[in-house]
Amino acid sequence: MSVALEVIDLTKSFLEEDEENERTWYRFWQKRPQRKITAVDSVSFHVKRGEIYGILGPNGSGKSTLIRLISTLLIPDGGTVRVLGKDAFKETAAVRRMINRVSVDAAFFKKLSAMENLGYAARLYGLDLKEARSRAGVIMERMGLPAKKWNSPLENLSRGQQQKVAIARALMTRPQLLLLDEPTTGLDPQSKREVQEYVLEVQREFGTTVILTSHDMDESARLCQQVAFIVDGRFRAEGTPPQLLARYGAKDLEEVFFAATGKSLKSDEEEVAG
Amino acid sequence: MTAFRTQLSATQGFVERNWALTRRYIGWEVVWIVYSAVSTLTIGLIGVDSQGIVGQERVLYLLIGALLWSYLSVLFQIMGETVAWERWEGTIEYTFMAPVHRFTYLMGQGLYGITYSLIRTGIILAITVFFFDLDMSNANLLGGFVVLAVASFSFMGLGLLAAVLPLISTERGAQATHIIQGLLLLMSSVYYPVTVLPGWMQPLARLNPATFCLDAVRATWIGGASLADVMPQLLSLLATGLVLVPLGVQIFQIGERYALRTGKLKRNG
Repeated sequence: MSVALEVIDLTKSFLEEDEENERTWYRFWQKRPQRKITAVDSVSFHVKRGEIYGILGPNGSGKSTLIRLISTLLIPDGGTVRVLGKDAFKETAAVRRMINRVSVDAAFFKKLSAMENLGYAARLYGLDLKEARSRAGVIMERMGLPAKKWNSPLENLSRGQQQKVAIARALMTRPQLLLLDEPTTGLDPQSKREVQEYVLEVQREFGTTVILTSHDMDESARLCQQVAFIVDGRFRAEGTPPQLLARYGAKDLEEVFFAATGKSLKSDEEEVAG
Repeated sequence: MTAFRTQLSATQGFVERNWALTRRYIGWEVVWIVYSAVSTLTIGLIGVDSQGIVGQERVLYLLIGALLWSYLSVLFQIMGETVAWERWEGTIEYTFMAPVHRFTYLMGQGLYGITYSLIRTGIILAITVFFFDLDMSNANLLGGFVVLAVASFSFMGLGLLAAVLPLISTERGAQATHIIQGLLLLMSSVYYPVTVLPGWMQPLARLNPATFCLDAVRATWIGGASLADVMPQLLSLLATGLVLVPLGVQIFQIGERYALRTGKLKRNG
């Protein structure tokens, strides 16, 4: 099986304002003291075509930064990302045609309807509007979003419903690499199930390669063929779920995560749910 | 060819999206048109003397200044707030992740901005002509609108330079665009001739495309000048547009790379 995504020694750090050293308001021209935060630290991995690859980690572990780097929304300090052989930072336009992303917050023009937002996205990808809307309609129907909601302003839809539209927006473009950044966080159990089932269906039907970040161990065990644990920007363990269970003599991925990182994801799940 | 079609489709997408947003916020559109019309009328009334006699030329001089300022500020705002709005909605990462060239993105915004601003200016012009019972029979109205359309490219270029500011600094950038807009107002002949400005400011005012634009529109609408008569101003506006639009796109791309390097594209970043 050929490689869809290759990440080699990827590193990204940011400068953050040091909140402890506050600057007085009347010295507004002075720069606040800053400190360096390494969000992704020498990460390397590869994903085979048609595989669902899970990246698990607590809040602030670097999952979203990693997804943004692969999505060409950040320029790294070092390292390489290749999507189906194309360098994401040198052949950006070609890579952008092959990928799409769903983030944890469904970002839309909230006054516009699902169909208007999807129409806009279709135009950006040069799709035929009629065909794109029909594809999106099939996806939304499949995920249980009633047709009567398609023409309502998105601000009138629940978070779960908005997330389904976000998934339709990404899948409508038939990406070869789909980046799902905590797509089911905050969804009710039924919506979560519908989204998970649809991700599996897309993998089966179109052979789409999927990168999935999540807090949810059960979701990862159910969907992913390969899993990696990330803490403080570094991968701590990687393998198939059965391999990881065997390696750490654990009964589930939660135990593996604790054994590999010394941390628990439970508190993060509660924080998100709260 | 496919790549060109994608860019064309994206341009259409930006125009359609903005039109859909205008329709959704129609209440605000009415508010702004009424507000702009009333502001223009109050400025025009300065030209009416204490006996209530309308000084046609004086009133028109002021009205054209107010109308043009309204036109330019709306266009400038649409261009300048392009990024700020997308950041506010959180859609900027999706727009920038799409296979769309920045030139296409900015031109799509500009195309909508010009069309929208021209229609809005036409409505306000009709209201003011009716209110002051102005005799426009001698005016070359079409010529004035052609000048406006040509001037729009220069203002799109300036708008692009302003659009980069919210990209590199979330909050302060949006504030700074208003400073640029204010300086353009000060250093132009919107309500007064350039000669009343302090000496050091006058050369800057003469480089301002708003100054050429106002001179040419006043010549066509007050004096009935033909396009041939205002050719020097038109050529200056074209030349300014040819410099400012590519410069604006280039600087926008530099700003985008800075945002991608520092993580400023993210809404709360």
